[in-house]
Amino acid sequence: MATLDAPLIVSSRAGLADSFTLARYLETGGYSALRKALTMFPEDVAKEVDAASLLGRGGAGFPAGRKWSMLRKSPVSYLVVNGDESEPATFKDHFLVERDPHQLVEGVVIAAYALQVSQVFIFIRGEFALGLERVQQAVNDAYEIGAIGSTIFDSDFSIDVVVHPGAGAYICGEETALIEALEGKRGFPRIKPPFFPAVTGLYGEPTVVNNVETMSNLPWIINNGGAAFAALGAGRSTGTRLFALAGRVNRPGVYEVEMVKNTFRDLIFDEHFGAGVINGAPVKAFIPGGVSAPWFGPDLLDLPLGQDEVGERGSMLGSGSIVVLDETTCVVRAAWRITKFFSRESCGQCTPCREGSGWLERVLYRLEHGGGRDEDMDLLLDLCDNIAPGLGWPPQQTTICVLGSSIPSSIHSAISMFKDDFFEHVRHGGCPLD
Amino acid sequence: MSHFRSDIRQRCVEVVALYPQARSAMLPLLHLAQEQDGYLSDEGIAEVAELTNTTPADVRGTASFYDMFHLEPVGKYVVSVCTNIACLIAGGEEMLAHAATALGCALGATSDDGLFTLEEAECLADCDLAPCVQVNHRYVRATTADAFDNVVAQLRSGALDHEVPAHGSLVRVRRSVGLQARRGEVAEQRATAREARATRDAQRAT
Repeated sequence: MATLDAPLIVSSRAGLADSFTLARYLETGGYSALRKALTMFPEDVAKEVDAASLLGRGGAGFPAGRKWSMLRKSPVSYLVVNGDESEPATFKDHFLVERDPHQLVEGVVIAAYALQVSQVFIFIRGEFALGLERVQQAVNDAYEIGAIGSTIFDSDFSIDVVVHPGAGAYICGEETALIEALEGKRGFPRIKPPFFPAVTGLYGEPTVVNNVETMSNLPWIINNGGAAFAALGAGRSTGTRLFALAGRVNRPGVYEVEMVKNTFRDLIFDEHFGAGVINGAPVKAFIPGGVSAPWFGPDLLDLPLGQDEVGERGSMLGSGSIVVLDETTCVVRAAWRITKFFSRESCGQCTPCREGSGWLERVLYRLEHGGGRDEDMDLLLDLCDNIAPGLGWPPQQTTICVLGSSIPSSIHSAISMFKDDFFEHVRHGGCPLD
Repeated sequence: MSHFRSDIRQRCVEVVALYPQARSAMLPLLHLAQEQDGYLSDEGIAEVAELTNTTPADVRGTASFYDMFHLEPVGKYVVSVCTNIACLIAGGEEMLAHAATALGCALGATSDDGLFTLEEAECLADCDLAPCVQVNHRYVRATTADAFDNVVAQLRSGALDHEVPAHGSLVRVRRSVGLQARRGEVAEQRATAREARATRDAQRAT
């Protein structure tokens, strides 16, 4: 049974037709958290977020409070908000920027105040034409009511917020590539170290990069206290989280769920969420956290939705997107399409990723479309091993960023779990489901 | 002589003013150039170079990295059909094939009447309504062949002119105010804070 008693922290307004308007936001308590934060010391605002143990919601799951505290020693120059959501099957930031842009803006200003940053850039994926409109309107409104601008709400804090559009490149979700794009360049991830933009970020200055959902949690945390947030969930995975459920389920969608207290089975089968697999078919496999994550079989349906719980079983919650596959889904085709995506989106800087993704894609294509060979599975695994040596979890990295080491996940999973399906493709001379 | 219409030029100048460095305005300016010309023309690229203190070669090199920028003319409506994992499962490939027939243009090509260009998209983040179709990056929520045909008929008749403006992601995105926190002031505040912290740290160290 799903646990449903947790409050809705980031999606409380999402069901309302006018959820994106200033009027509705103010009517439902909007900007009260910012007013409260401005009466506190910036350090104390940061402490509340630390107390909430809020893990970053972008994909890596790094604690937001710790990210900030790395910067307390030297002043931060810029706050950059990552709304370049492009991980396949992830659509929770799309949901937040379109349905509750003011909540995002309020969270952003609270974070900026805690960090004492006066210049913020909100980077929104270019394909979100409506989302860009809504966030820009929210920023305009916020200037209008004095929540952004000079000496906001009569405090001594001043801040500017600029909404920056992306232009179609998955890799710009990687924070250093995003910064390059924000500097007006090709979205090439930067060579590490330095590992964090906190050291060298935008224009070479200390920069914090946080995800849209992470920011959207802040108004509630300030209003209710970090402890109230930390009381939800369990272990390191506190609070609630948005999960984007897609694939072969009856009710795909974005659902806010208390972490750890619910399992994958709850999310996929509960009437309030996915309401089961289409036609009552059994789950063949599911992707637990975006296409960069290794797949799980039905034996792990009862695993709790927690970062460490999933990590210990060799995958990740990642971007919070879950894709359900049943027997109508060809796993070779799924692995091929995911690999084609990585091949297309590889920025081309590192050889293992640039060449490896294309090679893997071509081998998977021939398996799916007739022309596969028995030795192809060994070839695929060998190529994957060259990109992420050892094929362990978390993967070894041979490239500048983690796009490269994400490529083997789906292929390694599909071959390990469904080797017979691959050999069937070879014998059949293509996909048996076609 | 500006190649951009006066309103586009005006918006470009406003956008450049939002950033500490002009080059940061590259992506928004390219969206605006595309909004006027439908694609990135040589003249548009030259003007973006001038506005961002770069060269046309640099602008073209940057633009070519990003999927949304078109270096050759495209149709009035760019139709993007997603075939990534969630859409693949929901019939995205079939939708793409249907779109090619319905629009009368092959993948990557533009229809003879110049109205439609067909693209295969990577995930467009609307996976609960799969397969996902965008027209000029507006979600049209056409998940069946019939619904797709209906959208196409409406686009042809002009019934969707308001919902789906031609080209560019920033058509209706207009900032109503300039920067207010004034960079000089902010830099001063920051320098003071830095000094105070350094003093405090020094005291703590002793």
